Amino acid sequence: MSDFISDFWNVYVVVLVIASLVFCAFIILSNRGARPTGTVELHGHQWDETLAEWNNPLPRWWVWLFWITIVFAIVYLIAYPGLGRFGGKLEWTSVNAYQREVSVADAKVAPLFERYSKMDAMQVAADPEARAMGERLYLNNCAQCHGTDARGSRGFPNLVDSDWLYGGDPEAIKATLVNGRNAMMPAFSAVLDSEAQRDVVHYVRSLSGLTADNLRVQRGKPVFATNCAACHGAEGRGNQAMGAPNLTDGIWLYGSTEAIVAQSVARGRNGHMPAHGELLGEHKIHLLTAYVWGLSNNTAKVATTDSSSTTQ
Amino acid sequence: MKTAATGGVGETYDYRVVRQFSLMTVVWGIVGMLVGVIIAAQLVWPELNFGEWFHFGRLRPLHTNAVIFAFGGCALMATSFFVVQRTCHTRLFAPWLAGFVFWGWQTVIVLAAITLPLGYTQGKEYAELEWPIDILITLVWVSYAIVFFGTIVKRKTPHIYVANWFYGAFILAVAMLHLVNSAAIPADFMKSYSAYAGVQDAMIQWWYGHNAVGFFLTAGFLGMMYYFVPKQAERPVYSYRLSVVHFWALIFTYMWAGPHHLHYTALPDWTQSLGMVFSLILLAPSWGGMINGIMTLSGAWHKLRTDPILKFLITSLSFYGMSTFEGPMMSIKTVNALSHYTDWTIGHVHSGALGWVAMISIGSIYYLIPRLFGQEKMYSVPAISIHFWMSTLGVVLYIAAMWIAGVMQGLMWRAINDDGTLTYTFVESVKATYPFWFIRFLGGALFLAGMFVMAWNVWKTIAGQKAYNAPVIAPAAAHA
Repeated sequence: MSDFISDFWNVYVVVLVIASLVFCAFIILSNRGARPTGTVELHGHQWDETLAEWNNPLPRWWVWLFWITIVFAIVYLIAYPGLGRFGGKLEWTSVNAYQREVSVADAKVAPLFERYSKMDAMQVAADPEARAMGERLYLNNCAQCHGTDARGSRGFPNLVDSDWLYGGDPEAIKATLVNGRNAMMPAFSAVLDSEAQRDVVHYVRSLSGLTADNLRVQRGKPVFATNCAACHGAEGRGNQAMGAPNLTDGIWLYGSTEAIVAQSVARGRNGHMPAHGELLGEHKIHLLTAYVWGLSNNTAKVATTDSSSTTQ
Repeated sequence: MKTAATGGVGETYDYRVVRQFSLMTVVWGIVGMLVGVIIAAQLVWPELNFGEWFHFGRLRPLHTNAVIFAFGGCALMATSFFVVQRTCHTRLFAPWLAGFVFWGWQTVIVLAAITLPLGYTQGKEYAELEWPIDILITLVWVSYAIVFFGTIVKRKTPHIYVANWFYGAFILAVAMLHLVNSAAIPADFMKSYSAYAGVQDAMIQWWYGHNAVGFFLTAGFLGMMYYFVPKQAERPVYSYRLSVVHFWALIFTYMWAGPHHLHYTALPDWTQSLGMVFSLILLAPSWGGMINGIMTLSGAWHKLRTDPILKFLITSLSFYGMSTFEGPMMSIKTVNALSHYTDWTIGHVHSGALGWVAMISIGSIYYLIPRLFGQEKMYSVPAISIHFWMSTLGVVLYIAAMWIAGVMQGLMWRAINDDGTLTYTFVESVKATYPFWFIRFLGGALFLAGMFVMAWNVWKTIAGQKAYNAPVIAPAAAHA
C-alpha cells in the first residue's frame, strides 16, 4: 500500500487523529463543573435586553452519548485502517473484503453454470432452466444495449430476428461474446462528391425495394461497385467475416431513411460491442451463447431431434 | 435588569440591509423551491424536460444553488446583520460595505440563474459556478466578514453572545472552503479546470461539500437559533456550558466528516474510516444544539400552543435533531452501502434543508419583518399557523416518500438470484420509484404553496408601512 508518499504524512495523520480525539475528550472534561444542588442560576451576562443563559450543567445522558462515540472511534481505529499506515488489528481492506465476497459467491454459483458446460449449446438452449438463467444473465449484461426484449435499438442489433452481422451459429455468437466486435465503415465524404453520395444512397435503398430515383440508381450502381462492394459484396448481401451488413434484406441497423443512409455513407459508422470473456468466464459465456442462439432458433425442434438422435 | 436607555443621541441600528436581505429571503425561497418542484415534476413526467436549458441536469444545480445560497444565504445575512448589531449594542461597521454585500450577493444569484441553465459549470456539487463568479463571491464574502467582525470589534459588551460565535465560525469556514475548493485554472472566460486531480479532487470537493452542510447550513443557522429561539420564547438559553462544548466540538469535528460521501470508492480505506468515525462523534455535538434550543422552552411550553413562530422554530430543531441522527447513521459504511446513490440521501438532505434550515429561517423572518417596519406583529398570525402546517405536512410527505423510495431502491439494486445474477434491472427500480416521486412532488408543492402564503402575509404587513430603524440600546448594567 502506498497511500503515503512519505512517512511525514503518515505521522501527520496519526498525530492529528489522536490529537482530535484527545481534544474532544478535553472539551467534555473541562466543562464538567460541579452539579448545582439548589436552583440553577443565570450565567450573569446579558445582551439585547433579554438574552441570557442559564448555568445548567451538561445533560448527563448527552455526555455519555459523547463518550460512547469517542470510545467507539478508538475501538474502530484499533480494529480497522484509519491511523495512517496502521492497517488495524483485523487487517481488513476493502479490496480483500471484495475479493472474499466475490470468491464466496463464485464458489456458490459456479456449479450451477458448470452443469451446462459439457452440453452442446443447442441442447442447453432447449433446457428451460438454462434458458431462465440465460435470460437473467442477458438482462444483467446485455439488455443495456440490446434492450430487455432483445429487439435492439438504433445501432444495436436486434437479436431475435434471423439476421446476423457476424454469423448466428453458436460458435460465431460465442466468439462475439468472448472477444466483442469492432465494426467500422469508413466515411466517404472525402472520397465521393455529394452527387455521387446521393446516387449511391438511392442505389442502396433500391436493393431492398425502397423508393429510389431510377436515374440515380443507374448512376449509383458503378459507384457502389467501386466503393462499397469490397465489404458489402457485389450484390450487397454483406459479409459476415467482417460484419458488413446485408443491404438487401430490409433490416437496417441505423435506419433506412434517405437522410440516415446518406449520413452512414458520408460519415461512416462505428459499432462496438465490448468483450465479455474475462468478465463472465467460460461457463456463463456458454450459457449466454445458448440463450442468444435460442432467441432466434426453434429450440423445441432441437429438443425433438436431439431426443430422437439419442434414442437411435 | 432591563434598560431602554439609548446609546448615542438619536443613534439607530442599520436595519436597511437587514430589510433588503429579509425580503429577498422570501423571494429567493419561492424561486428556489419553485425550481425544486419543477425538477421533481420532471422526474415524474419526463416530457417536461424542454430542450437543453430547461432540462433536469441544468435545473437541478440551479435549484440547489438557489435554495442554499440565495434563500439560505439571504436568511443568514439578514439575521446575522440584525443579531450582531443587537447583541453588540452598536451600529454595523461600514454600513456602505454591507450595501455592497447585498447587491454583490444578489448579482451572484442572478449570474447563477443565468449561467447554470446555459450549461456553464465547474461540475463540483454546490460549487458549480464558474471562476469569474467565484471571484465575485470571494469579494462579497470578504466584505461580509469585514462588516460582521468589524461590528464585533466595536461591540459595547465585554462578552460575545453565543449566536455570534456560530455566525463567525460560519463566515470564516465558508471563506476557507470556497477558496480551497474553487481553486481552478481558467481555460477561457467561462471555463476552468480544477486545480486538483483524481481522488484528491473528489476528496477536496466533499471536504467542501460536507462542510458547506456543516457551516453554511448548520453553524450559521445555529447562530440564528441562539438568537430567535430565546427571544421568541422569552426565556434564557438553557445552558451556557452546553453551548461552549457543542460549539467547539461541532466546528472541530465537522471538518473531518467529508470522506463519508466517498465510501467504497477509490478513496483510501483509512480516509473512509476517519470520515465514518468522526461523523459518528458528530452526533453528540449536533444534538447539543438541539437540546439547548428545545430546552430553552422549559417553563414556556404552553407558548407552543398559541405562537406559530415558536412552532416553526421548535419544529425546525426537531428536524435538526432527526437529520443529525440520520446523518451519522448513514455514514456507517454498512448502512451507506445500502443508502448511497439512492433517494434516501435526497430525503436526508431535505429533512435538513426543509425541516431545519427553511423552517428556522421562516420563523426568524416572521420575527424580523414586523420589527423592521415598526409593527407589533405580522398582518395575519393565523396565516403563519396555516403556513406552519403546510410546511410540516410538506416536509413529512417529502421525506417519508424518499425514505421508502431510497430503501426500496437500495434493496432492489442488491437483490440477487440464486445463480448470482441481479434480480432487478436498473430500469425496474426506476419504474418502482414513480409513485414515491409523485408523493415527493406533492410534498414539495405544498411546501412551496406555504411560501406563497408567507409572501402574501409579508406583503400585507409591510405595504404602506415606513421602514423602521430601532434606536441603539445601551448594554444592561448587570453586564459590566
